[in-house]
Amino acid sequence: MKDLASPMTDTRINDFVLKIANVNGTGSASANGLVMKAIFRMGIPVVGKNLFPSNIQGLPTWYEIRVTKDAYTARCDDTDFVVAMNADTYARDLASVSPGGYILYDSTWPRPQMHDREDVTAIGVPLARLCNEHFDNARTRVLMKNMAYVGAVAHLIGIDVDVIRGMVEEMFGAKPHLIDANMKAIALGLDYAAEQYPEPLTVRVEAMDKTAGNILIDGNTAAALGCVYAGATFGAWYPITPSTSLMDAFKMFCDKFRVDQETGDQNFCILQAEDELSAVGMVLGASWNGARAFTPTSGPGISLMSEFIGFAYYSEVPLVLFDVQRSGPSTGLPTRTQQCDLTLAAYASHGDTKHILLFPANPQECFEMAINAFDIAERFQTPVFFMTDLDIGMNEWMTPELEWDESYVPDRGKVLHAADLDKIDKFYRYEDVDGDGITYRTIPGEHPKGAYFTRGSGHNWKGAYTEDADEYQEVVDRLTRKWESAADAVPGPVISESNTQTALGIISSGGCDGAVREALDRLANHGVHANYMRVRGFPFNAEVEAFMESHQTVFVVEQNRDAQLRSLLINETSVDKTKLIPVLDYGGMAANPSFVVKGLLTHLEMEEA
Amino acid sequence: MTSMSKPLIDKHLKKNKLGLTIRDYEGGMSTLCAGCGHDSVTAALVQAFWELSLAPESAAKVSGIGCSSKTTAYFMGQSSGINCVHGRMPSVATGANAVNGDLHYIGISGDGDSLSIGFGQFAHAMRRNLNMLYIIENNGVYGLTKGQFSAAADIGTKSKRGIVNEQPPIDPCVQALTLGAGFVGRAFSGDKSQLVPLIQAGLMHKGFAVIDVISPCVTFNDHKGSTKSYAHTFKYYHPMIHADFVAHADEITGDYSKDGVMDVTLHDGGMLRLRKTGDDYDPRDRGQAIETLMNPSDEAAIRTGLLYLNEDMAEMHDANALPDTPLNKLPFDTLNPGRAALASLQKRYR
Repeated sequence: MKDLASPMTDTRINDFVLKIANVNGTGSASANGLVMKAIFRMGIPVVGKNLFPSNIQGLPTWYEIRVTKDAYTARCDDTDFVVAMNADTYARDLASVSPGGYILYDSTWPRPQMHDREDVTAIGVPLARLCNEHFDNARTRVLMKNMAYVGAVAHLIGIDVDVIRGMVEEMFGAKPHLIDANMKAIALGLDYAAEQYPEPLTVRVEAMDKTAGNILIDGNTAAALGCVYAGATFGAWYPITPSTSLMDAFKMFCDKFRVDQETGDQNFCILQAEDELSAVGMVLGASWNGARAFTPTSGPGISLMSEFIGFAYYSEVPLVLFDVQRSGPSTGLPTRTQQCDLTLAAYASHGDTKHILLFPANPQECFEMAINAFDIAERFQTPVFFMTDLDIGMNEWMTPELEWDESYVPDRGKVLHAADLDKIDKFYRYEDVDGDGITYRTIPGEHPKGAYFTRGSGHNWKGAYTEDADEYQEVVDRLTRKWESAADAVPGPVISESNTQTALGIISSGGCDGAVREALDRLANHGVHANYMRVRGFPFNAEVEAFMESHQTVFVVEQNRDAQLRSLLINETSVDKTKLIPVLDYGGMAANPSFVVKGLLTHLEMEEA
Repeated sequence: MTSMSKPLIDKHLKKNKLGLTIRDYEGGMSTLCAGCGHDSVTAALVQAFWELSLAPESAAKVSGIGCSSKTTAYFMGQSSGINCVHGRMPSVATGANAVNGDLHYIGISGDGDSLSIGFGQFAHAMRRNLNMLYIIENNGVYGLTKGQFSAAADIGTKSKRGIVNEQPPIDPCVQALTLGAGFVGRAFSGDKSQLVPLIQAGLMHKGFAVIDVISPCVTFNDHKGSTKSYAHTFKYYHPMIHADFVAHADEITGDYSKDGVMDVTLHDGGMLRLRKTGDDYDPRDRGQAIETLMNPSDEAAIRTGLLYLNEDMAEMHDANALPDTPLNKLPFDTLNPGRAALASLQKRYR
């Protein structure tokens, strides 16, 4: 089936994809970020995707910048302009360019084989030679080559050099000689390109005003900021891609906001644990002691944390876990994205366990739902999984500026403090006083009457050890009721109704959102209309069930092989599973609209046949 | 604390400074085998904490899984406790301690819990110099699963079924010495006169205090040929340095002769009075401690007492510049930077 993306037309203003192919470890990240942010500062919406290897140095890496006047948020896998800085991947980079597109290469050396691409315009800029002539040491030459292509690209697609200069000045504010050196390198590329290629390309940018009130931020940073604003004081972790930057950001914000200016005391504690088993144990200990605590990790970490997750579930200790998902199974593709831990997280640990999951779709929701995660974990005294992924977590997204509502009061759940304990005769940890399945807890050290023995072994409503069937079942049945009642506490689904009456529905979550919304536009051009529901929490609430009930066919769009979201929908609602059609993408790349469009059309044609 | 319930007549019992009797420091009834060394350790803990006049709510008991770990339910019933998963108590204690260093953390573990499944967490808690008392009730076997060797079993020791252990044991005291614990002791559940003051000293030490208590398993490891039996331990038991905790307020009694007595002042007040028992041994010398344990002049001797003491190591709170007010008590408005800060912060993302 032919993709429905619009073909290359003569001139594409603010609507194209620039892909920069680099060698990992050559310092290209900041140069690429500069290009994207300069376009963003010109008021033009952008989507940036960093495709990096699990490697420190030497393997290929790409940075894709989608310039999108329509403010789409998904990756688009068409490429209009490649900056080919990696000789090893030149052939495939060239092959990836759409007809009518461009390839910029370093003409210091003879141009690599062109593979019959006469429909692609080659632009040679002698980047290495220019830098060798103007800079002294080897490392500087390598780094400045990156800035030289920034200059060339700036000329070719029309980026405002003053905007770039402003950013370079911000970047190296305290070091004027670095501002000069970088601007010199940019000028080398720009001047050469301007002289040799004076004609504007068919893909280029023109200033707009569509980014005002927005920021460019990655989801891990936004989630970390959410942890700070939620009042989390303790974080423990074991380094794992792609979650590491979440703790790095938390540290950065705590250094800024949580250090007592007079004493130097740190109003936070971050411990790098010896492994994920320990990381989650530390978080459990801190939560048990009444602090807001969290651990960022990825799927392999969740596997290791599972025994404590079951303990927290059964002994009813709040836990907040950030699962920045990457492609599995096992080590899988550590630097590629997926939504492959849904069933793992939903039922993590042995025995009957069910957990609460949140599905943020963008950095704004990462910020907001991080706060939800702490509130819900403490309200329900149970683990809460924040199910983000590498694409949301590590790529910079254009997102509305984050807002803080000063009236926010943390929901610490049902806690009896010393004054409350003074008033009651006897405290029993698992007594369902209010009949809602949620019992009162106490904070160790506050009052002798509040002391209780937290255990993962069989216990009755008093918290005492038991092997009695009825007493055991009374507790685990209450846990089910408690979990079910969380359906109305998690963020509800976001439903977008089609303007056209339709029996088709699409369900998705998290990082697929942008791809689905763009696919809906493309499908509408094709005469196919669907209503769309993005689920944002698990357990599913009544709206989720009603949406499935009210549609004849429901496509479940997700990024894993086994249709895990679909499995949860089948398992936890009364939906007829035959009407849930899986639309799957699991190659590890950020979701693009094409797979959604293809998935729907393929199924519909089969039905028509 | 014992396996027999006791009469509830306690009005004649002596009271400590808090007006509490020893009964106030007891917990639920033990479900361990009659004669278990662990019950003696429990009794020693009860006595130690009662004598120290420790407010029950100021203590937090932490443990993992195993016979030893169960015992946190058998003492200090008015203290919070958490009996978590196998070998993972140190991490729970670490997180709990990080957010509230005002509590006394009492960890009870066993040789399986600390030296096999939890060896990593045991080691790393020491590296962080977590401020806690960490007791290993060491009997050389797995009791709840009926008598398999643990990693503490000595070479040549015999199981109840006659199997001889060929693998070298892990000595928790040697490990503790190499990994940074500032208080390393060994004791025997059968000698309360040594154990009770050692527990008190360990609790008052600021930093990680580990006490390896040889605590025989009467059911699976108390037979001839076992090196962790009562008979064997009594025979080769070799007390070296006796430690007594002396609170500042207490008058120092003249019970000990001045010869061989050393006083060490503790950071949080009080001091340790160390008494030699014949050997020429300085418990502040880590090298000597390791040498004594690893290359003993008498292989069979079980050296006990306070083997090593270093009061000058930064504990986890110092290393992390944590505030005097525990993190779990900081008010929300000191933690939340507010609306204006968020707006200002985002300039860098524009």
